Order: sequence, then C-alpha cells, then structure tokens
Amino acid sequence: MQVRGTVFRYKSDVDTDVIIPARYLNTTSEAELASHCMEDIDKEFVKKVKKGDIIVAEDNFGCGSSREHAPIAIKASGISLVIANSFARIFYRNSINIGLPILECPEAVKNIKAGDVVSCDLSKGEIVNETTGQKFQAEPFPEFIQNIIDKGGLIASIKAGK
Amino acid sequence: MGMTMSQKILAYHAGLESVKAGQLINAELDMVLGNDITSPVAVKEFEKAGFGCIKCPERVSMVMDHFTPNKDIKAAEQVKTVRTFANKYGVENFFDVGRMGIEHALLPEQGLVGAGDLVIGADSHTCTYGALGAFSTGVGSTDMAAGMMSGQCWFKVPSAIKFVLKNKPAKYICGKDVILHIIGLIGVDGALYKSMEFTGDGIQYLSIDDRFTICNMAIEAGAKNGIFPVDDVTREYLNGRFKREVRVFEADPDAEYERTIEVDLSKLEPTVAFPHLPENTRTPEAWGEVKIDQVVIGSCTNGHISDLRIAADILRGKKVAKGVRCIIIPATNTIWKQAMHEGLFDVFIDAGAVVSTPTCGPCLGGHMGILAAGERAVATTNRNFVGRMGHVDSEVYLASPYVAAASAVAGKIATPDQIK
Repeated sequence: MQVRGTVFRYKSDVDTDVIIPARYLNTTSEAELASHCMEDIDKEFVKKVKKGDIIVAEDNFGCGSSREHAPIAIKASGISLVIANSFARIFYRNSINIGLPILECPEAVKNIKAGDVVSCDLSKGEIVNETTGQKFQAEPFPEFIQNIIDKGGLIASIKAGK
Repeated sequence: MGMTMSQKILAYHAGLESVKAGQLINAELDMVLGNDITSPVAVKEFEKAGFGCIKCPERVSMVMDHFTPNKDIKAAEQVKTVRTFANKYGVENFFDVGRMGIEHALLPEQGLVGAGDLVIGADSHTCTYGALGAFSTGVGSTDMAAGMMSGQCWFKVPSAIKFVLKNKPAKYICGKDVILHIIGLIGVDGALYKSMEFTGDGIQYLSIDDRFTICNMAIEAGAKNGIFPVDDVTREYLNGRFKREVRVFEADPDAEYERTIEVDLSKLEPTVAFPHLPENTRTPEAWGEVKIDQVVIGSCTNGHISDLRIAADILRGKKVAKGVRCIIIPATNTIWKQAMHEGLFDVFIDAGAVVSTPTCGPCLGGHMGILAAGERAVATTNRNFVGRMGHVDSEVYLASPYVAAASAVAGKIATPDQIK
C-alpha cells in the first residue's frame, strides 16, 4: 500500500498523555479523540493535518500509558504513517493491532524535516523524501507481525485463524 | 544457555521447554485486566468481532477506577457499557464503586494475581504484579479483547537487565527512591522492550509494598516487565490470599543479561523526578527552592497502607502549609478501612489534609485534584508528563511519601529532616 503526505515533525519521548490527554478519555468516539490529537504538544496539528499526512519523530514515540486511544486518535486524524527511531512497546503493539502503519527508520528520521513531502510503499518499507529526493529503507517486521498487519489487525487475524 | 526468571514464566505458559530473547510465542494467560478507560474500547472490539463468549470469565478482571466515582456523564456511560458487558458475559471480577480500588493494588489484595502467573492488562502499570513473582505486562484494548476471547496473547520474549540491589536502605528511603534512582540512571527508554529483574541481598529489606512501587514504575523506563524473586516476604503476602497455586520460577545461574547494574540502597538519597519526565531525577542538593500548591499521596504506585503510615508519621502533630492542598488517596477500600482503624485519618485531617475515596483521579488529570495553569504538585504518582495532572502549564514532581508529606508541611519540596 502506498501512502503520501506532508510531514509533522516531533522530538523524542512523545508520550500518550500529549497525543491524547486523559481529560478526553471519557469517550471512545474516534472523531472526538482525533479532534484533540497532539493538543498539548502542538495546538496547530489538528488545524493543519490533512488525510495522508505523516508523523516523523525521534526516540521512544508513544511512551507512557497503554491507552489505545492514542494510535486511534492519530489514525482518525488522517495520519497515514508514523516513522520514528523507536517506539514505546505498548504503542507499537497497539498500532499494529489497530492497523496504524508505523516504521522504524533512523536514517529517514535524520533526513526528513517538518513540511517535507514523503511517500512510502508500506509493504516494502521504502520511504522517499520527495522534497529532497532521498530514499530510505525501513526495518522489516518479523513475519509473525507482518501477518497480523496483512490480515488487517489482531482481531481480523484471530478470526482468519479460526 | 540459561533463561531469565521472566523467560522461564513465558516458556511455561507457552508450553515450551525453553525460549530465547526475540522469539515470538503464544502463551496461556492467568488473568486479563481492564479498567473504565480501556475496557470500553475492548468491549467495542469484542462485540464488533462477534466473539460470542469469553474463554475463561474467571480469568478476566474489570476495575472501574480511573474516573470513578463517575466524574461526569460520559464517564458514567463508559462504566455502564462495561457493567452491562460484565453482566452479559459472566465476569464476576467486575469491581464497581464499593468493591473497587485502584486496580494494581486491588488485584493482588484480592488474591487474583500471584507468583508464577502470566498476566496482561490494558493499563501500562500492569507490570506491578512482578513484585509477586509474576510475569505481568501492559497491553492495549485490542489485546485485552483478544485475550478475553482466546485466553492467550502473543509475546516477543524479552531480553533482560539485572539490577543487583545491595545493603539496607538508608533512613527515609523506600521503593520509590529506588525506582526513581534507577530511571534517572538508565532513562525513560533505558529498558525499552526488556525485563527488569531485581535481585541481591538488599531485596530482603524491601517490603511487598516497596516491591509493588518498584515494579509499577518499570514501564517508566520503557520496560516490558519488572520482576522480583519469590521469597519469604512474597510467601507471607500470598499465603491465605492468592486463589491459585504458587508457582516459583528462578533465573538460571547462566541466564544471559544485557547489562548488570548494582544499586547500593544504603547510599541512596531522597529522589525527586522534576518535570516533565520521570528520568529528570534530582537529589536534595539540586532541588533548590520549589514552592508548591498541591500534594497528592496515593495512586497505584504509592497508595498502599505502608505509604499512608509513612505520610502519617511525617504529618503527625504538624500542619499542611498555608496555600497547599494535601490530598490523600488510599488505593483500596481495605486499605482505607485499615488506615481509619489505625487512626491515620485523624492525623491527616488534624494536619489539614483531605482523604479521598479510592480512585486514580488526579494522577492522570481525571478528577479529584486537577492543577491550574502555573501550579505545581508534589505527587507520589508515576508520571510527570506535560499536562498529566491538569493544565498544560502545570508541573508535577514525583516523590516518595516521605518527601511528599514533608513538602506539604514545608510548602516547598523538602526532606523529612528539613521540617524538623
């Protein structure tokens, strides 16, 4: 699957409390969660984000709470892909389980700026910075996890396995 | 090659002779946990998938603790969703107001988790039960839904860091200082994807409550789990309480660790994590003058009876400083009752503090003690991220109950010695 969009850039240790503050966790509505996404770290995000856009961050993205509302809010806001040096482990699981594409690629993180236009072939992990012309190769997922992604998330893969 | 304690528990539950770091396995779960924030999402996924029934309803616990007693209409609707689900699918371990407590204090207290268990919970602080010799880790709501349906979960077998705790803790040092010191040392991603295995002669001096605090905050170093070996302290706690058989696993002598870190407990000083990350730790000489508006003593990290006893010892005969709100939150009803019987509430109320019903409440900026712009709190909770306890321009300083109670009296961050 091919994704393409403009980049929002963040630093290390972006925690789930800033991705979706707990004061909004009294709902499971995806649209409502998306309307507050990144609010405490970047008030402009919700105003500017367009369908297909991409988040690029440094280390330990999604640290803190296990709230699945965090990847849900990001996905529902229109973000098509998050690229980081590393992800916090619960956020990593949650993203795969709900079908938010994530990739670990330090080279891409080093060479992509806010506002760059980036495209990616998700199945191959090939990332292209269209603004600069540079290409990067993300770490492939283990087969076990790629299988969950291919089936469309954890629940779908469990149902397919039955 | 030998296995770590965590790896042995995973191997047992996966029905395998042995496992090694990096291996992907499916394993049988002893308990699946959710709360009033994460369960509604799991319920939605579970019903959408049409799973029909829960594999082992007795191995599911749902604890309504975050926004309860329901803070607003939306919170009430979320709890109602979970209550209806629990009734429909026969979840006996559904804990509503009156039976509930903060989940990570409640499940051990009720004997629902114990040594040798494999536990997942849709709450990041599920790693707390490692204090009892269990492999226990936080997951999301979809994993919770899948765990309820199948009784299983997939895991990537973690590698481990070994922490050798040595000697007897110094005065005014408790589990909170130990774990904050360690997070300060290795950073908020210092144990990412890994187990933190605690060992050494110093653990004999750590109470079960200290161990709960230490394992609770393993996630703040990015860890998958934290774990203590099973010893007399564990057995004494589990005896007559734990509803299943105690299964004792020990790390092999030749188990492989990525790192070994020694911590001399006798040399530790009161440790406070400054905003806005738990790794920003400082000891008293670097605190400076930090004036505060609020103190919170409670949470899954430090709402145990021993924490309340510490707070009472410091507050006895003293007054909370003018302009400071001191909020004390016993983690469960049993702890609440115990504290009441021991006369701790008299101490708190005479000092000018307030005692709350059990709730996660202010720890995650839910209710019962939210901060305004520019306000500062010293809290015995576990996270000091931007906006965690309220306004995006407020600040949270993480500390032990000793330091939190002393700070309430001083009106600024202080050690017990500084208020004498």
